[in-house]
Amino acid sequence: MKETIAAVSTAYGEGGIGIVRISGDAAEQILTDIFVPAFDVPGKEGHKTQRKNTVGENRKLIYGTVTDPKTGEKIDEALAVFMKGPATYTREDIVEINCHGSVISLRKTLALVLSMGARPAENGEFTKRAFINGRLDLSQAEAVIDIIKAKTDKGFGIAMDQLSGKYSKEISDIRNRIKDILVQIAVNIDYPDEDIEEIMYEDLKKSVSQIGDMIGILIDSANTGRIIKEGLDVVIVGRPNVGKSSLLNALLRESRAIVTEIPGTTRDTIEETISLKGIPVKITDTAGIHYTDDHIERIGIKKSKSASEKADLIIFMLDASQRLTDEDREIMEAIIGKKTIVLINKTDLEKKLETDEIKKTLSSCRLIETSLLSGEGLSEIEEEIEKLVYGGHVKQQNSLLVTNARHETLLKEAARALLDAEKMISNGGALEFIEVDIKRSYDFLGEITGETVSDDIIEEVFSRFCLGK
Amino acid sequence: MKSCSMDEYDVIVVGAGHAGCEAALASARLGKKTLLLAINLESVAMMPCNPSIGGTGKGHLVREIDALGGEMGINIDKTFIQSKMLNTAKGSAVHSLRAQADKQLYHQEMKKTAENQENLDLKQEEATDIIINEGKVQGVITKTLVEYKCRAVILATGTFLRGRIFIGSTSYDSGPNGLSASIMLADNLKKHGIPLRRFKTGTPARALGSSVDKSKMKEQKGDDTITPFSFMNDDIEKEQVSCWLTYTNEKTHEVIRENLEKSALYGGYIEGIGPRYCPSIEDKVNRFSEKKRHQLFVEPEGTNTDEVYLQGMATSLPKDIQEAFYKTIAGLEKLKIVRPGYAIEYDCIDPRELKMSMENRSIENLFCAGQLNGSSGYEEAAAQGIMAGINAVLKIDGKEPFILDRSEAYIGVLIDDLVTKGTSEPYRIMTSRAEYRLVLRQDNADIRLTEKAYRLGLASQERYERVLRKKKIIEEEQRRFETTRIDRETANTFLNKKGGSGVKNSVTLSELLKRPEVSYEQLKDIDQERPKMKKHEAEELQVRIKYKGYIEKQQAQIERFRKTEHRKLDENMNYREIQGIREEAKQKLEALKPLSLGQASRISGVSPADINVIMIWLEKKKREKQRKQ
Repeated sequence: MKETIAAVSTAYGEGGIGIVRISGDAAEQILTDIFVPAFDVPGKEGHKTQRKNTVGENRKLIYGTVTDPKTGEKIDEALAVFMKGPATYTREDIVEINCHGSVISLRKTLALVLSMGARPAENGEFTKRAFINGRLDLSQAEAVIDIIKAKTDKGFGIAMDQLSGKYSKEISDIRNRIKDILVQIAVNIDYPDEDIEEIMYEDLKKSVSQIGDMIGILIDSANTGRIIKEGLDVVIVGRPNVGKSSLLNALLRESRAIVTEIPGTTRDTIEETISLKGIPVKITDTAGIHYTDDHIERIGIKKSKSASEKADLIIFMLDASQRLTDEDREIMEAIIGKKTIVLINKTDLEKKLETDEIKKTLSSCRLIETSLLSGEGLSEIEEEIEKLVYGGHVKQQNSLLVTNARHETLLKEAARALLDAEKMISNGGALEFIEVDIKRSYDFLGEITGETVSDDIIEEVFSRFCLGK
Repeated sequence: MKSCSMDEYDVIVVGAGHAGCEAALASARLGKKTLLLAINLESVAMMPCNPSIGGTGKGHLVREIDALGGEMGINIDKTFIQSKMLNTAKGSAVHSLRAQADKQLYHQEMKKTAENQENLDLKQEEATDIIINEGKVQGVITKTLVEYKCRAVILATGTFLRGRIFIGSTSYDSGPNGLSASIMLADNLKKHGIPLRRFKTGTPARALGSSVDKSKMKEQKGDDTITPFSFMNDDIEKEQVSCWLTYTNEKTHEVIRENLEKSALYGGYIEGIGPRYCPSIEDKVNRFSEKKRHQLFVEPEGTNTDEVYLQGMATSLPKDIQEAFYKTIAGLEKLKIVRPGYAIEYDCIDPRELKMSMENRSIENLFCAGQLNGSSGYEEAAAQGIMAGINAVLKIDGKEPFILDRSEAYIGVLIDDLVTKGTSEPYRIMTSRAEYRLVLRQDNADIRLTEKAYRLGLASQERYERVLRKKKIIEEEQRRFETTRIDRETANTFLNKKGGSGVKNSVTLSELLKRPEVSYEQLKDIDQERPKMKKHEAEELQVRIKYKGYIEKQQAQIERFRKTEHRKLDENMNYREIQGIREEAKQKLEALKPLSLGQASRISGVSPADINVIMIWLEKKKREKQRKQ
């Protein structure tokens, strides 16, 4: 069976929609697992949900939500279609999920798909499969070769960019440490008679775990790296008339760098992307909702809730001149546990708002008082956003960040392999089995830097050790 | 000059060293009329360097040669004087058997086997030329102008080919051990357009054992329980001799350093490239100056001689300096050297001139094996020998070549490394060179290979039945282990004794064996019904159960490896035609003509992008063809 591949197949950046495409035998199963169609009629307790829309129906566009089956987390509202092979682009089963254009929701959807067993597609791989599986005809063959060639070269160029300076050095350093261990193991195994120090499992475990930590720091930086590259999703929530639009406008004025302006097409929200201290920040203002329903508040809360689920950061706005309302409380409940800035607006008016309850419910959140009318408190918001992006890595602002999803996957694999090795060491497993996991880790990192030859270990054995008859 | 014509042969093997003997025996055993030529019959299966067979990686090769129906394992079992399983502190995938040989006896027994082999003629004659007609080899001419016609030739010239010995500033034409070198053949091979290059190796001095003071050395005994090399032997009991360990010291290094320029190597007399893993003592002292001492093993060369081999001390220093530095070593103060150490240079080919079958790319039916191909070591030579022998026969019969890939055998790793990557120094096998060493164990070489050899007609019926029996016993026992449950109480009492944590429910025997603190042997206490198994069978079973996860992982890697390995490439493919491959890759692919996509991907200078382009091109060709039909 061919591996199932997946990728975001629309251009990165801000578009109205973005498509995650999956190709391969497992495509249908993955869709079934992660996609909950809307209009499900919930059965009574203990009964199965009856679905009016059936996921996996050939060539039918279905509306629903991308949902993580493990946590139940709703990732995005989307339209999905399953297309049975071979009458598809790649001639394999294809699934396309049309998500909202936000890089964040696309990224999360893709991550979910990958966690369900697909692997990231290489540059041009859909096209390559299309050709291999006979979708493209002969006259196109040469052209395809050129395309793939070009894509590989371009990909290579990008990889080279990524690999400049500190980043490449860091990976190489880690790799060299692993190589040291591999060389030691090789010489221990292949030259048992030589006058060479035996590997002590205790030392080995220590080195392996140290290297694991080094990789761990890189993995931690991946999230920050991604935000810097793909943008931070910020949602402003709050009941009507607390000043959400004013905040948005103030931030826009402040940044003077409007990247795009896309009125929400399906969700009736307004999204703006600004550049804040170099970080692309996409702000969703739920104030843009055009209510047509009688139960305005209900819907407002529901909207805030769903928007906040996808957000990297929530700005929860309150009116300083009014007491806390039930609606405020409901919004507050909905965003517990999320990264939130509480913004108390209208401080120029007489203060009636009690903050104790807010501080108690949203205990870890930062409270900022502003008067958007006078522009007071704006810089504090910006600072706070910046701080959130870098999280615990403030000190490393100039340090390296992993910004490439493929690299992140490989780093995680490398770390996992080292954990396996550690386990094997603790169990007192045989050296050649421990070596297998350490070597895997070495190879994963090699895929990032583009060096996977293993002859270098043998080279090193001979240059470092005095061996022979 | 008129030459006389003699008998015709199917296969002629030039050189009767370890490669030549295996090649000739394989060919004869496969029913081909075979001639084995030696420059001197005293050099049949001669061991001009260390007196041992096996070691890490090398031991695996011997087992594989044996599993294929070769002779090396059987011959060393007959003639060893000490046997030792190395790496027993590590897992069994890297256990490696090594035996000290009685050199004289080893030579005599192999010679006897060759003499008694049906279809095989062993003759003392120096081959000086090969007859080539229309790009195809058709015979061999000897020094006495005898012309032997044949259908295939296997060259296994070892260090004889334009051999030259160096001791200090002196040098002279010579094969190993003072035997005559093969100069005319080298000249003629060059005339036939075969490019030759120079490699170098070296050997330490031999001395009298009686001149060595063993009380100053550490005794190195053989194993109490002897593990035979050959799968045909179950138990061997034999009186064993010991080796002795001593060390060089600062004084030794001082003597060597002071006289470095007098060595053939550092004096600039040698042009050949020597192996880094087998450096001379001059090299060790010079390159690893921070090392205060180096090991020296005193190894007996046999039971019928007092000669000992000074392992670790290869040298090309002048005789007087050799005497001087050896005598600084504890226990060697009164050393009597009987043969000085020397460096030897010889001609060899670039193995990339060969196909995977070991046949020459430009001259049909000409096969090469052993040191001629740039390898080093008796075992590496023998492994190539048996493969060249088999493939020469298959070629004559018009059959597909017999090729072992990297996932099937160390032999596959060895030949693929040589033929695909080439080598810039004498090549030695190492377990670290094998990607799939967890699967390529020395104790399962028979399970991996004997059936293949049986189908070829090389492994005997008896050998085949032995492996079938072994397979069955292990598989049945594995099944029993996976299905037999031990109740909680019994299991916990047992685990308690071994210092392991207890279990909540009943467990299978294999679950218990997977625990690091439990061995197959120990489980006997709570597993009385077990069948009688041989030691190596029990070991194989233990590995299979204990490391099941890892072995399965490796099997999965092998499956992926075989996918590209089985995408065959046409030898006559025109890489010029393919747009999109980089120029460097094109040149390499044209020169090496890989047989499969997998092999192509291992050629240095061919990138994954190039491989992608080839895949697409192949697909395109296939479709064009389909359309035409």
